[in-house]
Amino acid sequence: MDTALMEDLYYSMLLGRHFEYAAKENYFQGNISGFLHLDIGQEALSVGAMKAFEGDVFTTYREHVMALSRGMSANAIMAELFGKVDGVSKGRGGSMHMFSPKIGFYGGDAIVGGHIPNAVGCAYARKYQNKKTGCLVVFGDGATNCGGFFESINIATSQKLPLVFLCENNKYAIGTKIETVSAFSKQAKKVEAYMPTVEVDGMDVLAVYKAIKKAGEYIKEGKGPIFVEAMTCRFEGHSISDANKYRSSEEMKKCKELDPLLKLKPLLDKVFVEKIEAQVIRDITEAVNFAHESPEPSLAELNKYIFTDEGLKHAL
Amino acid sequence: MLYREAINLALDETMSEDTNIVLLGEDIANVGGTFRVTEGLLDKYGKARVIDTPIAELSIVGNAIGMAIGGLRPVVELMTANFSLLAFDQIVNHMAKLPFMSAGKIRLPMVLRMPQGVSKQLGAQHSENYENMLSSVPGLFVFAVNSPNYAYHALKKSIKMDDPVIFIEHELLYNKKEEIDMKSDLDPFKARIIKEGEDITIISYLKMLDDTASALDEIEKELNCSCELIDLCSLNPVDFKTLEASIKKTGRLIMIEEGHKMGSYGAQIISWAVEELFYFLDAAPLRLCGKNVPIAYNRKLELASIPTPKSIKKDIINWGRINGL
Repeated sequence: MDTALMEDLYYSMLLGRHFEYAAKENYFQGNISGFLHLDIGQEALSVGAMKAFEGDVFTTYREHVMALSRGMSANAIMAELFGKVDGVSKGRGGSMHMFSPKIGFYGGDAIVGGHIPNAVGCAYARKYQNKKTGCLVVFGDGATNCGGFFESINIATSQKLPLVFLCENNKYAIGTKIETVSAFSKQAKKVEAYMPTVEVDGMDVLAVYKAIKKAGEYIKEGKGPIFVEAMTCRFEGHSISDANKYRSSEEMKKCKELDPLLKLKPLLDKVFVEKIEAQVIRDITEAVNFAHESPEPSLAELNKYIFTDEGLKHAL
Repeated sequence: MLYREAINLALDETMSEDTNIVLLGEDIANVGGTFRVTEGLLDKYGKARVIDTPIAELSIVGNAIGMAIGGLRPVVELMTANFSLLAFDQIVNHMAKLPFMSAGKIRLPMVLRMPQGVSKQLGAQHSENYENMLSSVPGLFVFAVNSPNYAYHALKKSIKMDDPVIFIEHELLYNKKEEIDMKSDLDPFKARIIKEGEDITIISYLKMLDDTASALDEIEKELNCSCELIDLCSLNPVDFKTLEASIKKTGRLIMIEEGHKMGSYGAQIISWAVEELFYFLDAAPLRLCGKNVPIAYNRKLELASIPTPKSIKKDIINWGRINGL
């Protein structure tokens, strides 16, 4: 793999890691409120997938790092966490709802499994429009127990849709161990009768990148969807308010030994690594300053965006 | 033209103009729809645009949302509103909220058609009315379709809107006949005065409007008064202007609907009138609704559960007498 790409992946993972550190810090300082699902530990999956896939992406509520690596600015994401008007969703969305159709990023969805049927529909649109690309939908192992997931694998297969299903298997559905609630520990088992499945080390950014690239190529062949299961592990609780008491210190130690940043770092030039670390700190500091300085949304615009401007004329 | 033919024509004409419009639903392509609304469209537009879906409402609506995100203009047929419950997360959390949560970056030009209501002995799980729930969700336009003319014009306009629309039909109206005024520039958001009158404003929609209309002559004769009958048409937003003018004129208000009385849609209209027009009211408003019971299979029990022309007549005459008419 070429050096420039590896450096880009490392930079994006490090930016994501420090973004999440800053988000956590600002949550405890009271600048961020509500839900906050940190991606610390899972950067290889988020960055590898977003950098590799060409097409439209639908993700979950744990999407800061994905939005960043897809090309959304750290400033706009941090400002959204602060609920400010320069946030990517102008303070209407918050941590779980980041959207940028310009770069094919459609959330940011806070209903577990709720976005999967939307991705199926978008894949239908891409096929109908004879587009060369399709869609990627990212979801957790917990979502594979939802009815909508099973409906989606059936429809995507029967319609031969260009759709990559990417399961982020961190082995916990919020705080419940996957074996407690799922018939299988590997979720690909649920899909094998429908489409090809691939398992990848979700803690290895190069492996994720390659797997998603290949999956992206596969869906262009018109043979239908593909399922990629990335085995991963989050370093934090499900959300900021989750004390993570359901995992032993031993389990956490093993998990943290798989740190995707530490895995890639030795393969890179030391001078680059030092330079990029300084750069990331500057980027994140700037994002936090930007978020602080951005104004609150205007209360006069409470009704804005519910409908189009044309629709709003009727609604009020 | 029949109500179902008017809907078919609206779909056909808009589809012929815009290849982004696709239809999806259960049995809508090959069979032509349970109520024959989409008959002939598969042959004309092909299976990529007239899509038979699995019996999976969550996905039908969820997929349509994704199609709209992807640049299409889907028109969904849910076989009946009873099954919309399976899709409620998609309707409420996605269809209604994605445009807002994305600060307008996502727009969902889509229409969700669904027939509802008490038909004939379909039992408790196939006889519900959900306009009260659907109208309570910010982010959706909700239209209730009583007539072929409104169906034709309002559907065409709904399909061309860039905002999500819930288009509620009634199962017993599909064979209703009416000439369509092709030249009309009908505003789907505007309530329709069916009959002008001086003494009582009666507001209704869907099938109850027709049941009320059929009892009107006798009511007027009996109470020696004239009633103004209004088809609400748009349940959200509400054309309060038209209602207000009528209530100020008559001083009396009756709201008639088929859904259960507890949490009924019309309670909102009565509440608004009491809050805003209290001093214009000469009598306590009357609200006629379905009873708070699941709809039974037995025909007599079924009819005892909802307003009928006979019960409407009796209830309005009683109310009129108590209130000095």
